[in-house]
Amino acid sequence: MAVPYTTSEHDVVVIGAGGAGLRAAIEAAQQGCSTALICKSLLGKAHTVMAEGGVAAAMGNVDSHDNWQIHFRDTMRGGKFLNNFKMAELHAREAPDRVRELEAWGAVFDRTADGRILQRNFGGHRFPRLAHVGDRTGLEIIRTLQDKAVHSGIDLFMEMTVIGLTKDGDRVSGCVAYDRKTGEFHAFTAKAVVLATGGIGKSFRINSNSWEYTGDGHAMAYRAGAELIDMEFVQFHPTGMVWPPSVAGLLVTEGVRGEGGVLKNNQGERFMFNYIAEMFQAETADTEAEANRWLIEQQAAVRPDPRTAARRPPDLLPRDEVARAIDAEVKAGRGSLHGGVFLDIASRRTPAEIRRALPSMYQQFKELAGVDITREPMEIGPTCHYIMGGIRVDAATALSTVPGLFAAGEVAGGMHGANRLGGNSLSDLLVFGRRAGLGAADFARSNGSVGQDPEQIEGFIGEVMAPLDRASGPGPYEIASQLAASMEKNVGIIRQADELELGIAKVAELAQAYRSVRVVGGRDFNPGWNLAIDLHNMLTVSEAIARAAITRQESRGAHTRRDFPRTDKQQWAQVNVTIRADADGLMTATPTPLLQMTPELAKLLEG
Amino acid sequence: MADVRFRVWRGNASSGAFVDYDVPVTEGWVVLDAIHWIQAQLQNDLAVRWNCKAGKCGSCSAEINGKPRLMCMSRIEDCVIDGTITVQPMATFPPVKDLVTDVAWNYTVNQRIPPLAPKPPEADGTWRMQPYDVDRVQEFRKCIECFLCQDVCHVLRDHQTWAFGGPRFMVRTASLEMHPLDTGSRLALLRDARDGLGLGYCNITKCCTEVCPEGIHITDNAIIPLKERVVGEYFDPLARGLTRILGWTREPRT
Ligand SMILES: Cc1cc2nc3c(=O)[nH]c(=O)nc-3n(C[C@H](O)[C@H](O)[C@H](O)COP(=O)(O)OP(=O)(O)OC[C@H]3O[C@@H](n4cnc5c(N)ncnc54)[C@H](O)[C@@H]3O)c2cc1C
Ligand code: SF4
Ligand code: SF4
Ligand code: FES
Repeated sequence: MAVPYTTSEHDVVVIGAGGAGLRAAIEAAQQGCSTALICKSLLGKAHTVMAEGGVAAAMGNVDSHDNWQIHFRDTMRGGKFLNNFKMAELHAREAPDRVRELEAWGAVFDRTADGRILQRNFGGHRFPRLAHVGDRTGLEIIRTLQDKAVHSGIDLFMEMTVIGLTKDGDRVSGCVAYDRKTGEFHAFTAKAVVLATGGIGKSFRINSNSWEYTGDGHAMAYRAGAELIDMEFVQFHPTGMVWPPSVAGLLVTEGVRGEGGVLKNNQGERFMFNYIAEMFQAETADTEAEANRWLIEQQAAVRPDPRTAARRPPDLLPRDEVARAIDAEVKAGRGSLHGGVFLDIASRRTPAEIRRALPSMYQQFKELAGVDITREPMEIGPTCHYIMGGIRVDAATALSTVPGLFAAGEVAGGMHGANRLGGNSLSDLLVFGRRAGLGAADFARSNGSVGQDPEQIEGFIGEVMAPLDRASGPGPYEIASQLAASMEKNVGIIRQADELELGIAKVAELAQAYRSVRVVGGRDFNPGWNLAIDLHNMLTVSEAIARAAITRQESRGAHTRRDFPRTDKQQWAQVNVTIRADADGLMTATPTPLLQMTPELAKLLEG
Repeated sequence: MADVRFRVWRGNASSGAFVDYDVPVTEGWVVLDAIHWIQAQLQNDLAVRWNCKAGKCGSCSAEINGKPRLMCMSRIEDCVIDGTITVQPMATFPPVKDLVTDVAWNYTVNQRIPPLAPKPPEADGTWRMQPYDVDRVQEFRKCIECFLCQDVCHVLRDHQTWAFGGPRFMVRTASLEMHPLDTGSRLALLRDARDGLGLGYCNITKCCTEVCPEGIHITDNAIIPLKERVVGEYFDPLARGLTRILGWTREPRT
């Protein structure tokens, strides 16, 4: 007996209502397209709401030496030159306009003394570049976009989960979803689909992500024939909470270090001075005295002269460098009681300054850990935070390798290369969310209507109904926790071939178990059933990460191989690892050449 | 730590009852951890909303021992009474399932509020706002839309008067009315007790302010100034004139 479903038709369907999805939907609607917006949670609760530190845009409000060229350079260096340079260029050029546009829509950023948008320091950014609102920048951005969107004539579908993309020939024709409240199914027909589903953090045990981060967009695009790139690059944020266990992984914003916070081991030593990689030596302070002078200069009313200014403290190196350093200190026995290191802002700024600049960090530690960060250091350690890899897209239009399928935000790959700089995600969402909305609207306008195939729709529905009908089998929570534990152990911060093999084998074993996964209860708001459905995607992206990781035989950015510790200057410097399904539906990982950079841009990277 | 007995409301729109679960809690747990433990170990279909687990998204609202709170920010040791913690869904909104309620009405209220109408930018295309100008609206913009204030407000909870927008949307309206760049006016909407926001229904009991997890002074800083503006605009031409000339001068509470 076929399960019934309802249907609707739109020019553009946007899947995901974080910063990228909202911005895309607003743009598509402004272009005159009938637009649907679908999200798994309530509106305004997507991951973007949790972003803390700020949005990177070279506006030069605090230091007028800043410009898009330097932002481009910082982004490429942070990404270890693997980035899609066109994306990095568009991003650096357009971010300032996207931030100012938010102001016109009601956002209220913190201000400079002369009334302009205030910008703060962050890891890997040469100048104070992050526009922010205390440490709740994501809330400001998502609320602004949400309020703009509800007045843009968009059809909103909240608490609906998309389970598959349908196709008409080569071209995407829509998607199938279920309503989490009722369990009822709905098929969307659309001339163009934008994926803006965010990341994959739930594949790792310790993470800073919410239940939504099961890699749905990555997996659905892959199954629809799209290419994924750079999946080996998973960012472990250096500063997650480590204690108490129930909050392990919860993010501590890099803003703490941007405001002067420093990392120390259990000897009280500022160990980051021992971990300055060659590439960053020229622009990093190598003594405590210089690092301290930097903080004083940053707080002064007049900006330092760049020729004589102190260089940035090593605590503000890019995230991959800092996460590895912390990992090494802990392994050398210089960690804290609970397996982290110390992050100290109390000895660097006054209590009033700390509460003003980092109110939600103050709150988070006070309420959840019983620690007063204005008096004591925080205990922190690396946490799985973000995936650089994602759907391969065209920089200008956000089109994937499948006609009619667009992608923006964390689910898209290329922008950040091997490692993302803090603050570059929120700006990425705005720049490429808008471009995806434009691209989808153009595509919808210039291509006729699509046909919907009931067989595909029923196929997706049948798959997700099956676990409800089984009388026995493993539960979804059991499989999910085994997967996350294995990924952390075998495909984590430091990797090597034999462990990666184990990781791949474990994914295969769990995928086998998944075929008989059983769910108790009905379809109405049943988190067990919801997880069973998302688990399929977690397994797919976990396999993609592990396969990409074993393929790249070098260490670069967020991908560190114990068996290949060097960064290769030849072969691996010139390729992305591309994941796609072969003719038999098996996953393959192949190196594919990078885009060739124009000489003008290449010049910006020198020095 | 010893087991804690959780009395959790289970049910749906038509019926429901409290069910007891004994949970082996560990150091540092919040109520949401216990709910997740029950969900993973005993009852996979126990419905609950959450996202950030850090008091940032406003998803996990419920009534803990009868008090509206965020489950992720409620430490277990602060909530246990005689070895027991009672958790039930927000009472003001229709139940969907277990701890999940239907809060869609709130989104329709928001849609009725006209957005920012900014004044023209400076010559360079950007706006200047002084730090002290933005302080006041930034307090309102801290709102995480947990709807706990809506849950506790007797106008909605006891009288089910849906012509009242509720404290959350007084905060939202205040954030626009007091926005340094705004040129619009939402006073007629606030005053309209049928299709508007029905500000007059609020009799300043301050219950909303007490439950706000963001510590927003909802009554003192949003509702009372809005009431004064409405009165000034509609009933007191002199006050209106002065307000226009002097700008808004009442000092917000911090
Ligand atoms: C704690 C934290 C702090 C951060 N701080 C910063 C910062 O300061 N600066 C910065 O630049 N970046 C920061 N980041 C990173 C940044 O917040 C995220 O990368 C970014 O918000 C992702 O936005 P997005 O629009 O791609 O996805 P999200 O905001 O995650 O939205 C994804 C959307 O897709 C929906 N979705 C997913 N799957 C489905 C499906 N199957 N069906 C329907 N809908 C679906 C979800 O419901 C959601 O609406 C931070 C991240 C975290 C976790
Ligand atoms: S002060 Fe007004 S809005 Fe707040 S709870 Fe009381 S009646 Fe409701
Ligand atoms: S005003 Fe406070 S209580 Fe009300 S919804 Fe916002 S954060 Fe929650
Ligand atoms: S889960 Fe986000 S506020 Fe509790």
